[in-house]
Amino acid sequence: MTAIAEHKPAPPKPGTGGGDGGFIDLVLRFRELTILAALIVLVAVTTAVNPRFLSAQGVEDIFLNASILVLLAVGQTLVVVTRNIDLSVGSTVGLVAFVVGDFVTNSDHGLVVAVALGVGIGAVCGLVNGLLVSFCGVPALVVTLGTLYVIQGLNHYIAHGEQISAAEVPQSILDLGNGAILGVPYLPLISVVVMLLVGYYLRAYSSGREFYAIGSSPEAARLAGVPIRRRVLTAYLASGVLAGLAGTLWLARFGTVIADPAKGWELKVVAAVVVGGVAIVGGVGTVYGAALGALLITTIGSVLVVLKINSFWQEAIVGLLLLLAISADRLVALRLARVLRKRNARHG
Amino acid sequence: MKQRPFARLRAPRSLAAMATAGVMALALTACGGTTKDSASNSGSGDAGSGASASANPNAPIKEGLKIAFLPKQINNPYSTIVDKSGIDAAKEYKGEAKEVGPSDASASSQVSYINTLIQQRQDAILVAANDPNAVCGPLKQARSRGIKVIAYDSDTNPDCRDIFINQASSEEVGRSQVKLLSELMDGKGEFAVLSATANATNQNTWIKFMQEELKKPEYSGMKLVKIAYGDDDDQKSFQQTQGLLQAYPNLKGIIAPTTVGIAAAARYISGSKYKGKVVVTGLGTPNQMRQFIKDGTVTKFQLWNPKDLGYLSSYAAAALASGQITGAQGETLKAGRLGERTIGANGEIVLGPPFTFEKSNIDEFDF
Repeated sequence: MTAIAEHKPAPPKPGTGGGDGGFIDLVLRFRELTILAALIVLVAVTTAVNPRFLSAQGVEDIFLNASILVLLAVGQTLVVVTRNIDLSVGSTVGLVAFVVGDFVTNSDHGLVVAVALGVGIGAVCGLVNGLLVSFCGVPALVVTLGTLYVIQGLNHYIAHGEQISAAEVPQSILDLGNGAILGVPYLPLISVVVMLLVGYYLRAYSSGREFYAIGSSPEAARLAGVPIRRRVLTAYLASGVLAGLAGTLWLARFGTVIADPAKGWELKVVAAVVVGGVAIVGGVGTVYGAALGALLITTIGSVLVVLKINSFWQEAIVGLLLLLAISADRLVALRLARVLRKRNARHG
Repeated sequence: MKQRPFARLRAPRSLAAMATAGVMALALTACGGTTKDSASNSGSGDAGSGASASANPNAPIKEGLKIAFLPKQINNPYSTIVDKSGIDAAKEYKGEAKEVGPSDASASSQVSYINTLIQQRQDAILVAANDPNAVCGPLKQARSRGIKVIAYDSDTNPDCRDIFINQASSEEVGRSQVKLLSELMDGKGEFAVLSATANATNQNTWIKFMQEELKKPEYSGMKLVKIAYGDDDDQKSFQQTQGLLQAYPNLKGIIAPTTVGIAAAARYISGSKYKGKVVVTGLGTPNQMRQFIKDGTVTKFQLWNPKDLGYLSSYAAAALASGQITGAQGETLKAGRLGERTIGANGEIVLGPPFTFEKSNIDEFDF
């Protein structure tokens, strides 16, 4: 369900247009299916080698591991489809995890206040990014690289060599990270709900469609009267809010927080989003794909250990996936262009 | 991540940083017998020549000695414990001790403090160097004015100090981890090591000594099945722990010689079905491990005792300033309740084997 197929005028039905390699078209265009298939193969092979991988504990672990990355990937998708990028999410997660940890240490303010604080800090970070990118017109890469370091520095200043220990964090918060309702852990539940909400918004609301319009062609979107600045600001705000939520969940899950715990995660998130079929040039992709990308990348990390493969390979494999994903994007774009040319020739 | 060298025994961030130079020094000493021969010879030669007066082991400790602790940064829970213990020790020998220091652990921030301490005519300066070379100039100046210089926790270049108080030797850390695990696993079963990064110098040195120790016959029932790397990332250490438990169904124990790793392993196991079945131990700080000691996930873990480190450093300063020792190899330092320590090559004194934290003593520590 890529957005190309949705906002280009009269897209050819998969398998009918072009006529050459319709199946390949189908597979390439429905990126989510491809990733899902890869994920199933991966899990199947691993389970064949080691049945414990798909034990109740194993499945729970996979989803728990992926949930924080999924949240961040959903936020990042909103930003990337508008042809922007948010590199500051890793630092935001770190800042939120530490500050909220510090806030709740030895004095239980309750879960709601803690989550609200985390989300609030995230929102402020996102707002700063959004204002700089949308209203000041500074390139997103530079702005968020800057805020990455600013937030990181702030975090180091606040942390000052201290750390948050699980023993000091109230049980109510730790339960959020490890507890479950009807056997389903909270963390994946939260991620799935957020993903579905954002996915529905992007698909069903006209303001949601405008995110894609901006990413496809900012100029056309502007001429069509799309409030570009407001949408981009919203995208960054959402990314910040989700990073804030992710930071709070990070604290809940790991309990121990040093300064800047999620260092380097921004690239992991971008990788997940791109592998998930969100085009880095904007305009294409869904949150479901991004979430699957996050799940795939996380699962690869677990699989390698279970298969006793040296974990050095993890980064290499993720890199390879990225290259594959980008090649696939390019291939789809070329085929689509050819199909459209043929159509135009027929009708023109 | 890659550029933070102290292979992250990532305790409080600054503890890690603090230990960095110390560990580098460990590595140097460890190789001292072989590759770094010339370096260590020149080092100890220098220490000898720096001590122009000969030592008088029977000299009494002078009263009213003025000594100053200069940690990597102040307001760090770990250095606060070390220095406070050193200041308390000074009261035992009727000295005046204080702690001064920068609020950030950058390479050059300690220089101005050293200059001030020289002007104040301290009898001894104890420094946990942020950078082995950046503090050298002012420290040499201090020594030329007769001020004794003791590096503790994190060494300076050996030319610039009289003595280095090393918190633990690599060999002891490695070997004692295996001993501890063997005790917890009753000497039999499969176990894995969850390390920091694959190229972490100090962790690799410790693991090398673990493997040496495992060759002894008393560990014939124990088998190291895998060395995993969590890169000192919480999530990755979590995943590695999960993966290890799935890949090796008979796994009975995990040694994590890194503070991020041990906390992650303990946290995962405390919330999984493996709790009580798989032993976790390694190097950690009391605050981060307190919960897991209390809930029974972890029985024992190790780290050096920061109180003893401060205490020993304080006594070394007093002994140097009183002429009991000069810093030459083979001299004996009398360190109050800790007993005696012998000065090793390169003017180095090792505190001793790592300290074991467990339920009965963990509440005495807050760092």
